[in-house]
Amino acid sequence: MFSIVRSMWLVFLHMFKKRVTIQYPEQKAKLPARWRGRIVLTRDPDMGERCVGCYLCAAACPVDCISLQATQDESGRRYPAFFRINFSRCIFCGYCEEACPTYAIQLIPDFEMGEYNRQNLVYEKQDLLIDSQGKYPGYNYYKVAGMAIQGKEKGAAINEEKPVDIHSLVP
Amino acid sequence: MDDATISHLLITFGVLAGLLLVAPGLIWLERRLLALWQDRYGPNRAGPFGLLVVLADTLKLFFKEDWIPPFADKKVFVLAPAIVVITVLLSFVVIPFAPGIIVADMNIGLLFFLAMSSMGAYSIILGGWSSNNKYALLGSMRGAAQLISYEVFMGLSLMGVVLMTGSFSLIDIVEAQRYQWFIVPQFLGFVIFLIAGIAETHRLPFDIPEAESELIAGFHSEYSGMKFGLFFVGEYIGIMLISSMVTVLFLGGWYGPSFLPPLAWFIIKMFGFIFFFILLRASLPRPRYDQLMEFGWKILLPLSLLNLVVTGGIILWMNTH
Repeated sequence: MFSIVRSMWLVFLHMFKKRVTIQYPEQKAKLPARWRGRIVLTRDPDMGERCVGCYLCAAACPVDCISLQATQDESGRRYPAFFRINFSRCIFCGYCEEACPTYAIQLIPDFEMGEYNRQNLVYEKQDLLIDSQGKYPGYNYYKVAGMAIQGKEKGAAINEEKPVDIHSLVP
Repeated sequence: MDDATISHLLITFGVLAGLLLVAPGLIWLERRLLALWQDRYGPNRAGPFGLLVVLADTLKLFFKEDWIPPFADKKVFVLAPAIVVITVLLSFVVIPFAPGIIVADMNIGLLFFLAMSSMGAYSIILGGWSSNNKYALLGSMRGAAQLISYEVFMGLSLMGVVLMTGSFSLIDIVEAQRYQWFIVPQFLGFVIFLIAGIAETHRLPFDIPEAESELIAGFHSEYSGMKFGLFFVGEYIGIMLISSMVTVLFLGGWYGPSFLPPLAWFIIKMFGFIFFFILLRASLPRPRYDQLMEFGWKILLPLSLLNLVVTGGIILWMNTH
């Protein structure tokens, strides 16, 4: 009997407590920096595309919402000819971001992607590519990778040793 | 028509319109208060303080499909929701809101109220029965048992008030409380009547006929559209009825310090109890069905009989000395 009165009193006291509701359109929720929302493709510090079209994101995607086609430019850099994410399927799990070897694909704290037409949820490369380095400023895949492209020979990358002249190894 | 007839008609339709306007407003009030006690806002978008949500709710109910299941007993199915509203509205006939503001001053007012609230049980029973649905039937069976058993000591708990007043007329009962409200000498009766009143309106925590976690929606599982709306309106007018009955019987009706008009005092007291009913809903869990029955028959019934005997004994002793 006492517990009934007590619980009623405690509920009554909630009248004077602060409300926890966030009045959304006027008042935005604070999203942490690593919140998994809209997917973007980032650029390296030289504003080149980071994506090298390795298909790992598409392979990691559990709902198969990423499709792309890799190609190469004349300098030897790989890049996706098209890159398409169907956000009506995406579950924002972040596996693509984890799989990406070049930090190209990233999930950012933005969820306001509502559309009246379902087709508009299919984002093409120009919708995904942003002029920013995202979460990994300063990272440039081709500057640290051993792959030779135009303007960078083998062994010219940061912390990379010169390639061994195999003829010098002959006994 | 003479002036008396016109003013009587005005009062009648005023009471009717007031009740039918306030009842949907109570839905808004309940949602806002529940939200307040759960640290939320509740409906606050449509109109000032979200008041227009009442209009939206009503319109939505009107535009819903008015579905009568093919397996239902059609005539009874249609009749059942009307009964609850009719009986509850009829009960308001005897309630004195302020001096002169009463639809009909009957010398059997209290008995009329008890009769009407018993008739309300038909709505639950017929609604559940005619739906031809096992959950609805279970709900209506529980509802019937609950209403009939709580009816017993609801009536008994009021007899103390009747003994002290010597009249069944609600105006006489209010006027007998001019100097002392009956909540003081009849505190036990007040508590029992309040509990029985909650059970009569089958509000939480005694919403066992509906019990959505067990019986979907209990007796009105099969109802939709405005028929469901009528059950809803009936329930909210029922809350107002029990609140006004408690006010009239135990809290001195319209009496209060004279800086406010009598009607204002009545409405303030009534809304105090409506707030209390909503607080009950916000804080207490539903008891099991057998716990409800046990609590009623083993605790409330002996207590109300004790209250009746002691009150009667004291009055007899005072009359002879």
